[in-house]
Amino acid sequence: MSLHVDDLRVYYRTLAGDVKALDGATFDVADGEIMGLAGESGCGKSTLGKSLIRLDGRMRYAGGHVVLDGKELPIWDDEAMNPFRFHNVSIVPQYAMSALNPTRKIGRMIGELLRARGADPRTVESELARRLDLVGLEQGVLGLYPIELSGGMKQRVVMVISTLLDPSLLIADEITSALDVSTQKAVARMLVEFRDRGFVKSMIVITHDIAVLYQVADTILVMYAGKLAEKASAEEIVSSPKHPYTRLLVSSLPEVGVRYEEKELHGIPGRPPSLLTPPTGCRFRDRCPLATARCAQEPPWVEENGRGVACWEAASSQAARPSLVAGAR
Amino acid sequence: MLSLDHVSKTYHVGAFGRGRLTAVRDVSFELRPGEVLSLIGESGSGKSTIGRLILRLMAPSVGSITYEDVDIADFGGRALKEYYRHVQGVFQDPFSSYNPIFKVDRVFGMLRAEFFPRVGSEEWRARLEAALESVSLNPEDVLHKFPHQLSGGQLQRLLVARALLLEIRYLVADEIISMLDASTRIDVLNLLADLKGRGLGVLFITHDLSLGNYISDRTVILRHGCIVEMGETGKVFGDARHPYTQDLLASVPLLHEKWASNGDAEPATRRSHELVEAPPLVPVEDGHLVAAG
Amino acid sequence: MSAVAAPAAAPAKPVGAVRESLYFALRNRKLVFGASVTGAMLLFAIFGPLFARHGPLAYGGDLSLAPTRHGGYWFGTTLQGQDVFAQFVTGLRLAFIVGALGGGIASAIAMVVGFTAGYRGGIVDEVLNMLTNVVLVIPTFALLLVIAAYLSVRGILTEAVFIGLTSWPWAARALRAQTFSLVSRDFVDLARLSGRSSWQIIFKEIAPNMSSYLFMMFILLFGGAILIAATLDFIGLGPSNTISLGMMMQLSVQNAALQLHLWWWFLPPGLALMTIVGSLYVMNVGLDEVFNPKLREM
Repeated sequence: MSLHVDDLRVYYRTLAGDVKALDGATFDVADGEIMGLAGESGCGKSTLGKSLIRLDGRMRYAGGHVVLDGKELPIWDDEAMNPFRFHNVSIVPQYAMSALNPTRKIGRMIGELLRARGADPRTVESELARRLDLVGLEQGVLGLYPIELSGGMKQRVVMVISTLLDPSLLIADEITSALDVSTQKAVARMLVEFRDRGFVKSMIVITHDIAVLYQVADTILVMYAGKLAEKASAEEIVSSPKHPYTRLLVSSLPEVGVRYEEKELHGIPGRPPSLLTPPTGCRFRDRCPLATARCAQEPPWVEENGRGVACWEAASSQAARPSLVAGAR
Repeated sequence: MLSLDHVSKTYHVGAFGRGRLTAVRDVSFELRPGEVLSLIGESGSGKSTIGRLILRLMAPSVGSITYEDVDIADFGGRALKEYYRHVQGVFQDPFSSYNPIFKVDRVFGMLRAEFFPRVGSEEWRARLEAALESVSLNPEDVLHKFPHQLSGGQLQRLLVARALLLEIRYLVADEIISMLDASTRIDVLNLLADLKGRGLGVLFITHDLSLGNYISDRTVILRHGCIVEMGETGKVFGDARHPYTQDLLASVPLLHEKWASNGDAEPATRRSHELVEAPPLVPVEDGHLVAAG
Repeated sequence: MSAVAAPAAAPAKPVGAVRESLYFALRNRKLVFGASVTGAMLLFAIFGPLFARHGPLAYGGDLSLAPTRHGGYWFGTTLQGQDVFAQFVTGLRLAFIVGALGGGIASAIAMVVGFTAGYRGGIVDEVLNMLTNVVLVIPTFALLLVIAAYLSVRGILTEAVFIGLTSWPWAARALRAQTFSLVSRDFVDLARLSGRSSWQIIFKEIAPNMSSYLFMMFILLFGGAILIAATLDFIGLGPSNTISLGMMMQLSVQNAALQLHLWWWFLPPGLALMTIVGSLYVMNVGLDEVFNPKLREM
């Protein structure tokens, strides 16, 4: 399978105008690849994920193409997307585990869901049993109400349901955020296992937690204020990031073992720009310690050796990475 | 000094309150000025309950919490107010901590009305600006605004500034950065560390071990309401003895090292808390205690 | 092109919540319509009695006179020769008084019970819940009959107080539920940490948050009180020393006005009741849209 996204733009309608939540995203996801989508709140990652399956009615498609397995997805049309949902593209939405119908037993809910998607529950019964077993849930879970399950169990159930019909692409939106650290590890591992066993061909994992992405993702795509900032393999993003935003972000993450007295970490001063009237040029300009006059013009996305970055400074100085200290703080 | 002495808290649940849920079980520790104590636990470990007990938003079922050798349960109206001059709290959700229909200035106004009724306007304004500056906020940016116009980080810092207007000695920080973005988290954390340097005692409640490790001097690991390990942070993190602590540390996603491929810790079904009594804490080395069994 | 970095979006002007509500209020058709009609009826009730040429209970007019300008019997007369117009405007006034008084008393009780139960929880909540249920289940007509048997003279005040004391349970329940949801928010805890007492918190933090809800609740209780009063009057349990809209309808039915084609006797009071209560409810729906941004039509 492969996913090709070309200059995707998705805006939100509001009284005050269009909020340009996603303003031009171009990238590919290869067969078997787990791509992490990282960024802070408001960067557009959730919008990107939801727009690939057209989940949110408030979104207004504003341009671009999405091609999955050679077929263009009609993401501008809610009804036309129906046959694709669950079969080709599937999503585990944010807060999914809190959104289970409290008055339905799990088994009944799965049956209703499958029927609504045009699949016969009986044909997938044995597969369902197999997968529940795989993720460490007892068969009895089908007879329980959501309130009787723990957070981790609910998340696992949701993941099994979303991948039951073996979609080509799975979008996982913040599925580890509300979990305890030990459950988080189990669920993240489960993602990888699903891919390894072929239940899903590729995944886009959306989260703000870069450390989790480092553990499970092959590549990481970092977004900022509706635009793509950098894309590289997980190892490269963490050890040698190029975009100033990525560098500042990675350096602000405390790791176990790092203490304040030894090494004081710093955040990024300022706030992301308003997406209602985004500034011209590079959107990170105001907070970037490396900003120059050139940044008043929007930097192009430059891709080389599988790494992409949208920054004048990063693209120009290939040899030496300019120090962030001068001008920082 | 603020100390908890064999504190337990049991809730009544279910119809007519027949069921029992023990959130905190026989917890004892001390909070000293000028240090940060991390209270680390997963959801359901009772850490937030302990925070609320210390802030006297609820009363312990068993045991006592003493401040400067006086049991806080005995505090009546005026004594309680005095207590709040010295002990304050900041909570997890910055947007829930403000009444959405009022401007953020109101939290300061409330404080002034209750604690500083005789302070003149000029002096109050000066104090307010000094407090805001000490948390790196520009008064013009944040005053006279509604909560939805400010960011989570700004709101949290405002709450810390509010606490600093009183001469507090202890601050209970209950998951104050879990709802903030990564780029602002570290600044709020640095602020807490800075306050520690000025003599404040901070109880830092969190589920995130890396954050706890970053700023705390001592650490308490909680599980299902009981302490399983506690001591100096370096020793607890560097030489974790209890299997639960070791599991937790092994589950934290690191930035330069992949997870070891061992089994996953969570049991398949939800088990009720079987422990009837909290296991006693045994010192394994100087400044490091571990629960037996 | 200037090299100065574009400033971050200027902080939005603080949009006052009150100003925003007013903006939408004046543009909401239901609200404007409902408020206008209610307002018109209120003016009629205030100034109408000044135009009545005869007392509401005075006899002396021609019997069963159709509406005419002659003698000032604009709404005609009853079978006994009383001025229907005078009765009508008197009844209108009484309707508003009963609504305000009955609705006001019910609102006050509902607030006390609802806030206390929601804020305190626990055993206090259980007790208040039981009280609410008891009052809810009491057969009000039976109770009123018993009271009527003991009181020789019943005035509008008695009726209003009675309605106020028996129509609050649903409102108390609703307020309790709303209070529950607000009490769990952190700003309540923060107020406690600031040394505020429980009642201060309820009236300064929680109630203002629910101000729109309280307003709408009062309107519903107001309209409800008018309806209940009309019903009580219709079955003969109304005030014994004056005339109200419900009583007009009762008398007209007793005197077979329908069969005698005396339409001017029962039509005005019926229409008036329908109009007032209906416009109040329409106003409420409009208010809901104003206060709840999700319902506003874009």
